[in-house]
Amino acid sequence: MSAPPSPDDGLSSTELAAKYGLSVSGARPGLAEYVRKLWGRRHFILAFSQAKLTAQYSQAKLGQLWQVATPLLNAFVYFLIFGLILNAGRGMEIRVYIPFLVTGVFVFAFTQTSVMAGVKSISGNLGLVRALHFPRASLPISFALQQLQQLLFSMIVLLAVVVAFGSLPGLSWLLVLPVLALQFFFNTGLALIMARLGSKTPDLAQLMPFIMRTWMYASGVMFSIPLMLASKPDWPSWIVDVLQYNPAAIYMDLIRFALIDGYGSENLPQHVWASGLAWSLLVGIAGFVYFWKAEERYGRG
Amino acid sequence: MADLIEQGRIPTVIADDVHIVYRVNGGGGGKGNATAALSRILRRDKGEERGVRKVHAVRGVSFTAYRGEAIGLIGTNGSGKSTLLRAIAGLLPTEHGKVFTDGQPSLLGVNAALMNDLTGERNVILGGLAMGMSREQVRERYQSIVDFSGINEKGDFITLPMRTYSSGMAARLRFSIAAAKDHDVLMIDEALATGDRKFQIRSEARIRELRKEAGTVFLVSHSNKSIRDTCDRVLWLERGELLMDGPTDEVLKAYEKETGK
Repeated sequence: MSAPPSPDDGLSSTELAAKYGLSVSGARPGLAEYVRKLWGRRHFILAFSQAKLTAQYSQAKLGQLWQVATPLLNAFVYFLIFGLILNAGRGMEIRVYIPFLVTGVFVFAFTQTSVMAGVKSISGNLGLVRALHFPRASLPISFALQQLQQLLFSMIVLLAVVVAFGSLPGLSWLLVLPVLALQFFFNTGLALIMARLGSKTPDLAQLMPFIMRTWMYASGVMFSIPLMLASKPDWPSWIVDVLQYNPAAIYMDLIRFALIDGYGSENLPQHVWASGLAWSLLVGIAGFVYFWKAEERYGRG
Repeated sequence: MADLIEQGRIPTVIADDVHIVYRVNGGGGGKGNATAALSRILRRDKGEERGVRKVHAVRGVSFTAYRGEAIGLIGTNGSGKSTLLRAIAGLLPTEHGKVFTDGQPSLLGVNAALMNDLTGERNVILGGLAMGMSREQVRERYQSIVDFSGINEKGDFITLPMRTYSSGMAARLRFSIAAAKDHDVLMIDEALATGDRKFQIRSEARIRELRKEAGTVFLVSHSNKSIRDTCDRVLWLERGELLMDGPTDEVLKAYEKETGK
């Protein structure tokens, strides 16, 4: 294969690549191009999330029934401990408190599991990242989508609990949909941020459960923040703000407001919809850009 | 193929001084207990990152591949063949140096996207989508993938979870999914010809087909026969360095002499 002398001989590799229109392998596309590629992979993202969801319970005898049974048992345990034994309602009627508690648990779990899955979405799928081409954001988005579908099963249980404790279906129930959309956008952004951090530092997977638990206890899952604050009048106002405007608390409160009859707007902080939207846009977009910035580095050994 | 090369040498892949380094957490040697891990973190070795061991898998490989070439990669286990392949495909970021390619090189194989707990049916769809096929393309090729794999020859196995398959059946399905897509620059990692004799013949024929359609082919193999059959140029890697690059006969002769065959 003695090649005849060619005019390309003197060229450096970069010049040669430019001459024949070759591009750097694995380079990061521009943001608009990246979004377009991601959109092209939407069927894969959906199929992957559904596959993960199904695979979870495929070995169990009850199979996919566990999708509903797991949140049901969860709700029952919280009812037992906080509702009956600890009586943590602090003056809330039991007919409001139980739906209040179950909503809090499910809605917070939506964010919690999205973050936990996000941390491992790149570092736990290195085999996939090193074998196939796709925009890497597909993975964290897919995991967040899996949690959304999980939440929809939980919503069946939640609606049953809400009705069982005397709140009848009404038009306000429709408000759940925009809230969940906002929360999903927020969760996806958070999952993308955690995915990038977790791909560099896999240790985060060990650390996150503690951070998430702290967040959960501070977000008023088991107690009402306004009622708790009423008993602590000497707290500085910034703590009050931080507690009330924390995104998890806002999404929980909005869903409670939508579903539970005895939980009126007096429990919500001011500008609650605007803050919910702001959190969702801020974290969603920032998370996406932050993840994209390191696109070409995922999968490094 | 040789005429094609003489006519106009159009480069499709250019590797320029490629280095690849793996970083392994917790591989710093010593005992694998908590105190050892702590001391490893506290101790600093020559300015290296703490507690991380580096493996320099590919060291400064440069070559240019042209359209129409079939290039074999040979070398002993752990010499960096598969790593280099992944770097060319852009799946593994380089530490130093650059890889330029024409279009998107793809690795033949979808194993990582498949899930053992799902049925063969859903894995075909998932695998197809993971490789970048559209939903319509997957639907179109679904039947031919299943037929090619021969999974349903002994009954309706495609609707059973993949974990229930024998290792041969699973390997056949994986190959059938992977080989369903056409590739521009195709890279084949060794040990693809799996399954029984009948399936091997079928898969070899399919690989030949894919090779014809692809512009440039890279093949990693330990079988000198399959390299001789398919490649007209061979790269010999040893310890991450490019030892030899030339016509198949020349390189293979040197390789066989060195490895004592």
